[in-house]
Amino acid sequence: MMAGFLDRVLGRVSPKGSGSTAKERLQFILVHDRINLPPERLQAMKEEILAVISKYVAVNSEDVDIALQQRQRDSLIVAEIPFTKPHEDIEKDDPDVPRESRILD
Amino acid sequence: MGMGGKVVTVTSGKGGVGKTTATANLGAALARMGKSVVVIDADIGLRNLDVVMGLENRIVYDLVDVVEGRCKLRQAMIKHKQFPELYLIPAAQTRDKTAVSPADMIQVTDKLRPELDFILIDSPAGIERGFRNAVAPADEVLIVTNPEVSAVRDADRIIGLLEAENKGPGKLILNRVKMDMVRKGEMMSADDVTDILAISLIGIVPEDENVVPASNSGIPVTLNENSRAGQAFRNIARRLNGENVPFMQLDDGGGFFQKLVRLFAGGNGQ
Repeated sequence: MMAGFLDRVLGRVSPKGSGSTAKERLQFILVHDRINLPPERLQAMKEEILAVISKYVAVNSEDVDIALQQRQRDSLIVAEIPFTKPHEDIEKDDPDVPRESRILD
Repeated sequence: MGMGGKVVTVTSGKGGVGKTTATANLGAALARMGKSVVVIDADIGLRNLDVVMGLENRIVYDLVDVVEGRCKLRQAMIKHKQFPELYLIPAAQTRDKTAVSPADMIQVTDKLRPELDFILIDSPAGIERGFRNAVAPADEVLIVTNPEVSAVRDADRIIGLLEAENKGPGKLILNRVKMDMVRKGEMMSADDVTDILAISLIGIVPEDENVVPASNSGIPVTLNENSRAGQAFRNIARRLNGENVPFMQLDDGGGFFQKLVRLFAGGNGQ
């Protein structure tokens, strides 16, 4: 309640109206325009990244956040991928894991 | 050889956002400040800058005639009625964009630089040959857009292309801003658009009913002392000239006080 009030006074929340809808839509569109990667391709990429990571460590796909971000006019991929289990558990069942990654831990 | 006058290209991506109006007005505003200026219509095949400036009856030679050697550069420079140091080089009307190359544009502007303070180029809409012609000789690029989704998206594309050609990112002219709609939250503000495009602003031009009559008569609106849009163009001209001119307070909603008022008025503001 108080936070919402402060947000409005400090102008952190844009007034409701189609103007803010336009801004949000444009921000989404331009992220994809700028790197020429439509949302479906981005989704496919996320799934591949996740599949590769899952080969080495256990992750819960629901906790994973892989998103495109803008810093001024530069685009970047920011990923937050929390592990769910300690390393040892997977390595025992997974013969595909390269030797190096076992040594690392 | 890159000496003397500054080449400023006015472009947009999307058509109909006010490029030609902006070019004509910046030319007139700079001339009014005592600068020597030539405005070049680079929209070959769709000549327009001449009518907006009221010079359509004086055209003998055009840009393509210059490039193809049918006349001297001076012969294609039409002197403005009111300002002896404001000239127009019109586009050819019966040719297409391929009649001129980026190298031709560099050659023409290099000949003009020693003689003039400013060379303004009105780019055609689009991202093809005409755009590349207009941008090739530019020292500075101004991107005109309106606070609408399609125009802003196209402006972003243009900024990307400018960066790729090392001409970017350019500066933004936000044209046709309707303050009453911004206040109601039904139009993006200048802050919204600069947030999205992440480039700096050189001018905010309010929607103004004086603009169409000015075009109708071929007298740039910036010569009308009472016009808000005219004032905005005069300010942009001064910024182009290196002066530090504060932005007009059109886009209220930027200030803390207005936000407070809007908050207590129930979120809609008046």
